[in-house]
Amino acid sequence: MSKQDHAALADEFNKDEPRVDWHDQTLWFVREKRDKAAQKVPEWEWLRDTASKIKDNVLSNLSEYLTLFEEQAIRNGIVVHWAADAKAHNDIVYSLLKKHGIDRMVKSKSMLTEECHLNEYLKEQGIDVVDTDLGERVVQLAGEPPSHIVLPCIHKKKEEIGEIFHEHLGTPAGNADPQFLTHAARLHLREKFLTRRAALTGVNFAIAETGEFVVCTNEGNADMGAHLADIHIACMGIEKLIPQRKHLGIFLRLLTRSATGQPITTYSSHFKRPRPGQEMHIVIVDNGRSVQLGRKDFRNSLKCIRCAACFNTCPVYRRSGGHSYHTAVAGPIGSILSPNLDMKQYSDLPFASTLCGSCSNVCPVKIDIHEQLYKWRQVIVQEGYAPAGKKLAMKAMNWVLSNPSVYHTAGKAGRWFMLNAPFTVNNGLNPWWKGRDMPEVPRESFGQWYKKNRK
Amino acid sequence: MSSRDKILAAIKNNQPDQRDLPAVTPPGTGEFSGLSRQFIEVLEGIGGRAYIVSGFHRIATILKEQYTDTHRIVSTCPELSALAEISQHYEDPHTLENVGLVVLEAHFAVAENGACWITEEKMIERALPFIAQDLALVIRRKDIVPTMYEAYERIAGAEYGFGVFIAGPSKTADIEQSLVLGAHGPKSMTVFLLDEEMSDAGFY
Repeated sequence: MSKQDHAALADEFNKDEPRVDWHDQTLWFVREKRDKAAQKVPEWEWLRDTASKIKDNVLSNLSEYLTLFEEQAIRNGIVVHWAADAKAHNDIVYSLLKKHGIDRMVKSKSMLTEECHLNEYLKEQGIDVVDTDLGERVVQLAGEPPSHIVLPCIHKKKEEIGEIFHEHLGTPAGNADPQFLTHAARLHLREKFLTRRAALTGVNFAIAETGEFVVCTNEGNADMGAHLADIHIACMGIEKLIPQRKHLGIFLRLLTRSATGQPITTYSSHFKRPRPGQEMHIVIVDNGRSVQLGRKDFRNSLKCIRCAACFNTCPVYRRSGGHSYHTAVAGPIGSILSPNLDMKQYSDLPFASTLCGSCSNVCPVKIDIHEQLYKWRQVIVQEGYAPAGKKLAMKAMNWVLSNPSVYHTAGKAGRWFMLNAPFTVNNGLNPWWKGRDMPEVPRESFGQWYKKNRK
Repeated sequence: MSSRDKILAAIKNNQPDQRDLPAVTPPGTGEFSGLSRQFIEVLEGIGGRAYIVSGFHRIATILKEQYTDTHRIVSTCPELSALAEISQHYEDPHTLENVGLVVLEAHFAVAENGACWITEEKMIERALPFIAQDLALVIRRKDIVPTMYEAYERIAGAEYGFGVFIAGPSKTADIEQSLVLGAHGPKSMTVFLLDEEMSDAGFY
């Protein structure tokens, strides 16, 4: 477990109640936009079903598709690298920069590089990395990780962003106008695009049949970086593969409608060959994914296309904030991906859910997210990663519930204390008391009432 | 064993049983009408605009009216040589940094999402459609397909080094979900739908 678990970090976030309400409403607004966009497509459910089945096929042929993808990409003039884990990935990126004598790089959004902590690693090696997605630049300047995979600074108010820009970009103090701040970032980042020789991008989809990859952005930052740089490095997890180009006709219809309610991102860029004189590299990363592929109950999590619809709909995410998940990919999907990376460190995350199932209902590739959350809980307890307090409480509960006389005595005692000494339950030691009032105590138990009225 | 072979072996070992690919033909296609109208509505909804024009003379007139202050206009359309620099090649994409407006011919458009497909041989330099302050694309009005399904039917076997669907101006809503047009790329996107049978009076 990291220093603080989800519950503790969520407590921290919940200290400012109006802010929690604002966060909750902002994300629900995005969820509603998703609904409107989905409802405009009559074959929406067919699209989800087909996307899920295509991913089934991908997972069942992943090694073959990766081999084909590599072969085609090499034929297209792209250099392909393989990284077993985060460290290997970071080393590959660094060695490419070092080889070219480059110490400054622009980077567009890539959750994989967040997962691998690439920025921190490169900083240690003396490489200056500038995140060029506006939201990512904001959190980078603030010294924070993104709190959402699509909307990285959704937890920040515009006044705070104005502050950050005032400090780092020299915008006038007190100016928090989104239009003005975006324009300031445009000028600031244009200079970076024009002067950096290396650009790193993520990959949304990699096509086995053709060896090309697709990057989707609204801002155009991936393209501004890649087309102006001498060397373009694209980093992808092994699960980004799709079989054929025509399958994009399914996934691109789903991705942005699910993410933000737009019909498509502004740019869906298909990179097949480096431009003349340019070097193009692809780093294919495993980092635990092949292990997850072998976990029958959890392998469907690898179908994820990173739209974050499950974040926006999740009642827990909306009210606890992305940082409470203490991992690169937060929200419901992050809570089923992260325990695979480190079961001990992320043993709290599958419990950060009400299991309401809303995540599974909006998932564009039909991942059974809430069922996997439930299954992870069992694995985590069986493997001995449940917190000691919870283990003890479960044992006590088991003893009480399996002994009728103990159960009746405990019930009676509970009612007596709640009636005669309410302070013993209405305090911080009782987790059920937090954030809600305890119920009024009935005069008798159901058992007693039933005995009296049974006729 | 190399890292590559180890990774592939681990994947192969953990792969589930074979699952077949589903058909990708959507149910109920083939009854589309009013594609240009739908395209224009969707494009306007995402911050772009469109004109149905009878020829390049109309495009030139509209551009002259709207971009009076734009100093550097670059295009691939020889018909626009009176107002734009027409070039086949630039040594260094960085020299495009001060382009105000770029006018390019694209392959086709998609009605359901307002996107236009363009590949690198139609954009002179890959950076050009992104680095310019404003973007205009020219498409034959008959080249509008209903959805991304038909779009990929058209390009399934196409050969290109780089291709992109562009749908509207570059934008962001990263600051408190407030939509701002003009993030890093063009601040506006205009699509000219060319219909030579159209009379000039009927332009949109």
